[in-house]
Amino acid sequence: MVKEAIFDEMHTASGAVRPHYQPYAEWLAETPADSIVEKRNEADTLFRRAGITFAVYGDETGTERLIPFDIVPRIIPALEWDQLQQGLRQRVTALNAFLHDVYHDQEILRAGRIPAEQVLCNVQYRPEMQGIDLPMDVYAHIAGIDLVRAGQGEYYVLEDNLRVPSGVSYMLEDRKAMMRLFPELFARYSVSPVEHYPDLLLETLRSVAPAGVRDPVVVLLTPGAHNSAYFEHAFLAQQMGIELVEGQDLFVDDEIVYMRTTQGPRCVDVIYRRVDDDFLDPLAFRPDSMLGVPGLLTAYRAGRVVISNAIGTGIADDKSTYPYVPEMVRFYLGEEPILQNVPTWILRRDEDLAYVLANLSELVVKEVHGAGGYGMLIGPLATQAEIEAFRLRILADPARYIAQPTLSLSACPTFVEAGLAPRHVDLRPFVLSGRDVTMVPGGLTRVALREGSLVVNSSQGGGTKDTWVLERTAC
Amino acid sequence: MLSRTADHLYWMARYTERAENLARMLDVNCRMTLLRQEEDVTRKRWASTLATVGQIDAYLAARDTITQDAAIDWIAFETTNPGSIEHCLDRARENAHAVRGTLTSETWETLNATWLELKRYKRVAARRQSTGDFFEWVKFRSHLARGVIQGTMLHDEALEFTLLGTYLERADNTARILDARFELLMPDAAAPDAAVDYYEWSALLRSVSAFEVYRKVYRDLITPRRVAELLIFHEAMPRSLRHCTNRVHQTLVRVANARSGETTRRSGEIQAALQYGRIDEVLQLGVREYLASFLSRTSDLGARIAHDFLVSEATV
Repeated sequence: MVKEAIFDEMHTASGAVRPHYQPYAEWLAETPADSIVEKRNEADTLFRRAGITFAVYGDETGTERLIPFDIVPRIIPALEWDQLQQGLRQRVTALNAFLHDVYHDQEILRAGRIPAEQVLCNVQYRPEMQGIDLPMDVYAHIAGIDLVRAGQGEYYVLEDNLRVPSGVSYMLEDRKAMMRLFPELFARYSVSPVEHYPDLLLETLRSVAPAGVRDPVVVLLTPGAHNSAYFEHAFLAQQMGIELVEGQDLFVDDEIVYMRTTQGPRCVDVIYRRVDDDFLDPLAFRPDSMLGVPGLLTAYRAGRVVISNAIGTGIADDKSTYPYVPEMVRFYLGEEPILQNVPTWILRRDEDLAYVLANLSELVVKEVHGAGGYGMLIGPLATQAEIEAFRLRILADPARYIAQPTLSLSACPTFVEAGLAPRHVDLRPFVLSGRDVTMVPGGLTRVALREGSLVVNSSQGGGTKDTWVLERTAC
Repeated sequence: MLSRTADHLYWMARYTERAENLARMLDVNCRMTLLRQEEDVTRKRWASTLATVGQIDAYLAARDTITQDAAIDWIAFETTNPGSIEHCLDRARENAHAVRGTLTSETWETLNATWLELKRYKRVAARRQSTGDFFEWVKFRSHLARGVIQGTMLHDEALEFTLLGTYLERADNTARILDARFELLMPDAAAPDAAVDYYEWSALLRSVSAFEVYRKVYRDLITPRRVAELLIFHEAMPRSLRHCTNRVHQTLVRVANARSGETTRRSGEIQAALQYGRIDEVLQLGVREYLASFLSRTSDLGARIAHDFLVSEATV
């Protein structure tokens, strides 16, 4: 296999600085190196003092860690973002149409565009949701779509996150830190603002309240202070000015959800939940769940409360459903997909399985229900023994896996111990769907800090960068 | 506000106040032991203190003998003792952590810093001679917490429930401290005006920061009658039962909800009894009997507050 050149966000193949990084390169050349080191330390202090941390599961000491923040921004030109935004809007619209269809008439299955057993036999398909009508027919109110660039810089969708996508607080905190540390850079660039995200989110959540509710009460449901993303839950609730509730704060009486307040029970209309489906209602799902609210599903099915994201969205972002998303765009919207999928082999198909098994050392194999970068094989980086072990796991249950070519993800200059060096990045824009489909420009850029690493997950040594979408006038 | 949030704030305040009063009691005992070092007096003193804080049974189940060092250790640091100072400060911080978003960052940082320093103090205080410093430190951190809460937090419902916790706990603690003294020093309660052990009674006053106050108010000899009057009935004395119950009642009136009517009525009853009561009646009944009845009524109030505001009856 010919090793593909890595697309560099800042430099062209010949080493010239790309036009949209020109002002940054000039600033960098003018700024003394030790002042930059100082800024990096200052950034660390800022994040630690504000307690912008995440907890790591399986870490016995229970310590909270900082997510490394890199001070080199990832810059996206206006026209490039326009294209992405159209593609994201199209894709999320199609995904929501698919969810509505799957839980109603299942036309796409009857038309044979997606194999019925692929959907109906999937554990992510929730029969409880069949036939329930949701306001605006929206299921995934908040979608985090992971994008990567490869080859000559073309964007691909790596995966759709439609359950409880997280990370948006880092997008906001990264911007706040950058503006505080480098105000002079913002004078050289017109960067599109992202700070209104909490307002957009609240507006979206209010727009999908049950019919007839005029001034809906929205709450954020968290699993509690020990959850890895608790900082984000507390942050978003505070920014939106809504109550941060735990399961024990809510109860259901006669199909109405209430929260317990010092002034007595108060009706709740919309629950922005950061708790997984399985834990939402011990009467309907896992009976051992202490995080949920008994009877919530009954109230939900009766249309008395809206849960965001809806229960059962996992059927649309499952890795085994992913290969069919372009087909959804064509089927529901009658359009050609603007955003491309990464070519994917579906191992439940015999011919795909045979190809993948013959080429394991060149491919990335993913477990369809895996998340957080766990349960995957990166062929080119794996030892022969690891590959053989993984081969046995695939053969034991091929339907659990998909495979993709190893993409050489684009790289962005990043400060590491040795100075500035390219590191692989991805991009997670957050798409909000309510009455309208909206998003703030950009999203969360995650960066794999270890040299050569392709895994950007925060649980595995990934960091974040501020993402700058430039205003059109600037170019 | 969420009942759970109010509950965390209320207990954050109660535990902080309790830690302070435990430190006050231990401090006074240590000072008194310096004056009278007979073994049986010391033993009796510490047995009485352990009883005051409701820990005598648990202590005797875990230890064979009552000595000053062991009793201090038990009340200050014993990890298996859910009523220890260390445990109170742990719980205060835990409750604050759960409602970090509701507190000002100064308040959170103060309680968090107390907790962090406590772990350091625990090692130092093991070297005995610095126990006095430790008690001073606990009192100081409690003053600091109260100050930062009053000085930085929005004066809304969150502050109301914090104050409710503080004053209810203090009313309880003052009553217990007074009760313990009367048990120890006035077994027959026959002669409340008699000249008594000056040091013992002044120590009691010092333990509730009332020594100078007593001088200012009475300008006379220290007698058990006046000590009881000051700590029960004096309106302006910030640790007196009357002052504390005034504050509790005022707060309950402000946060009243649809089902708290009976609770407000009962707090009003307690408050009125203190407002119009006289020390002679208390002495006639017996100070210890009076305090026992007061403690049972504040404990009833605590249960009613929990029921009306902090946990819903729909709780499983």
